[in-house]
Amino acid sequence: MAANIRKIIVQVDEIHREMGRAVSPPTRRALAMAVIENPYAGNYSENLDELIAVGEELGALLGKRCVEALGIPPRDAQSYGKAAIVGEGGELEHAAAILHPTLGGSLRNAVEKGAALVPSAKKRGTLGTAIDVPLGHKDAAFVRSHFDAMEARVSDAPRANEIVVAIVVTDSGRPLARVGGLQAHEIKGEDGLR
Amino acid sequence: MHCVIEVRRIYTHVETIRHEFGPPPSAPLMRGFAAAVLTNPFAGRYVENILPMMEALNPTGLDMAKRLLAAMMVPLERIEGYGKGAIVGAAGELEHGAVWHVPGGYAMRELLGWKGKARAHAAGDGVATTGQIANALAIVPSTKKVAPPGAALDVPLTHINAIYVRSHFDAIECRVAGAPAADEIVFFLAMSTGARIHARVGGLKAAEISKWDGLR
Repeated sequence: MAANIRKIIVQVDEIHREMGRAVSPPTRRALAMAVIENPYAGNYSENLDELIAVGEELGALLGKRCVEALGIPPRDAQSYGKAAIVGEGGELEHAAAILHPTLGGSLRNAVEKGAALVPSAKKRGTLGTAIDVPLGHKDAAFVRSHFDAMEARVSDAPRANEIVVAIVVTDSGRPLARVGGLQAHEIKGEDGLR
Repeated sequence: MHCVIEVRRIYTHVETIRHEFGPPPSAPLMRGFAAAVLTNPFAGRYVENILPMMEALNPTGLDMAKRLLAAMMVPLERIEGYGKGAIVGAAGELEHGAVWHVPGGYAMRELLGWKGKARAHAAGDGVATTGQIANALAIVPSTKKVAPPGAALDVPLTHINAIYVRSHFDAIECRVAGAPAADEIVFFLAMSTGARIHARVGGLKAAEISKWDGLR
């Protein structure tokens, strides 16, 4: 069954200057969120298949929206992350059902490749609760310049019977990154780590 | 006095609202905002003449209006509501946010056809049949405050041609995580494609606009 989506929100954050210095090219992060009905709210269900299917649907939809908002070919995506906020009528495992079994696969299709783990966060929350979506390089998790996070929040969600699902895709690392570590140009991108 | 505008960050936000637990309309409502995070050239001191900034902001206003429209991915003709706002960082004063009234408001109105040039107006029958003299005739509603990073501002939205259209009284929460720092200002422009989702409290309807005076 397709997700009952109440609203979709897409945001793009471009940073042009930091501490008086130009960031060139500007760093750009896109966030896409869907507010969906939680079919299991209010009841314990052993089987969470409906949300597992929703994860696949939203990985593709929100991943595509991020790439479109950045206006880049999918292969130019550099880092990604995912998160979910479950309304009070649901449980943390509902977020896990959306995020972990299938969402990563369809998100990787949307950004082409993606050898690395998709970093994630989840919590229970209420209307306006913020979650920091962790970010990592899509092909090599150890790229230090791409460790980042983007705040996701919907002012009127999640209602008790809703879930907010968020995906972030970037075409850049942190602005003025300079703390060393593995550099993006040094990666092999095969094992997802380096 | 010369005033240089230093844009540090640009943020766009677009929502597509399919329903709010009622019957979904044929086309979802879209609302969005564009935010520009700027260095506040007057932070930390009292400056009597802040008008040069107003003039210097004109290109920023037009750029933001265009970016917002592009991010919403709808034709110009679909924009039915608008609003604007500002959040001034802690080292500034409320009056610094007020410089946005002219460049922010007129940028959107110019883009939407205030001078009668937009496709929206040109495509219609114009003055001959409807009496509509131009598009974006109504004042752009606004709000502003001095606040810390991440503060939310509820920017009012009203119909672009007649502020009394009740179905279009709305607001969008605008916010940029991490801004404004004390020496920054965030300027917002907001647009929507129509009435509130499930609007049903009567009053003047958009189809009933007849005076084309910006009010009714």
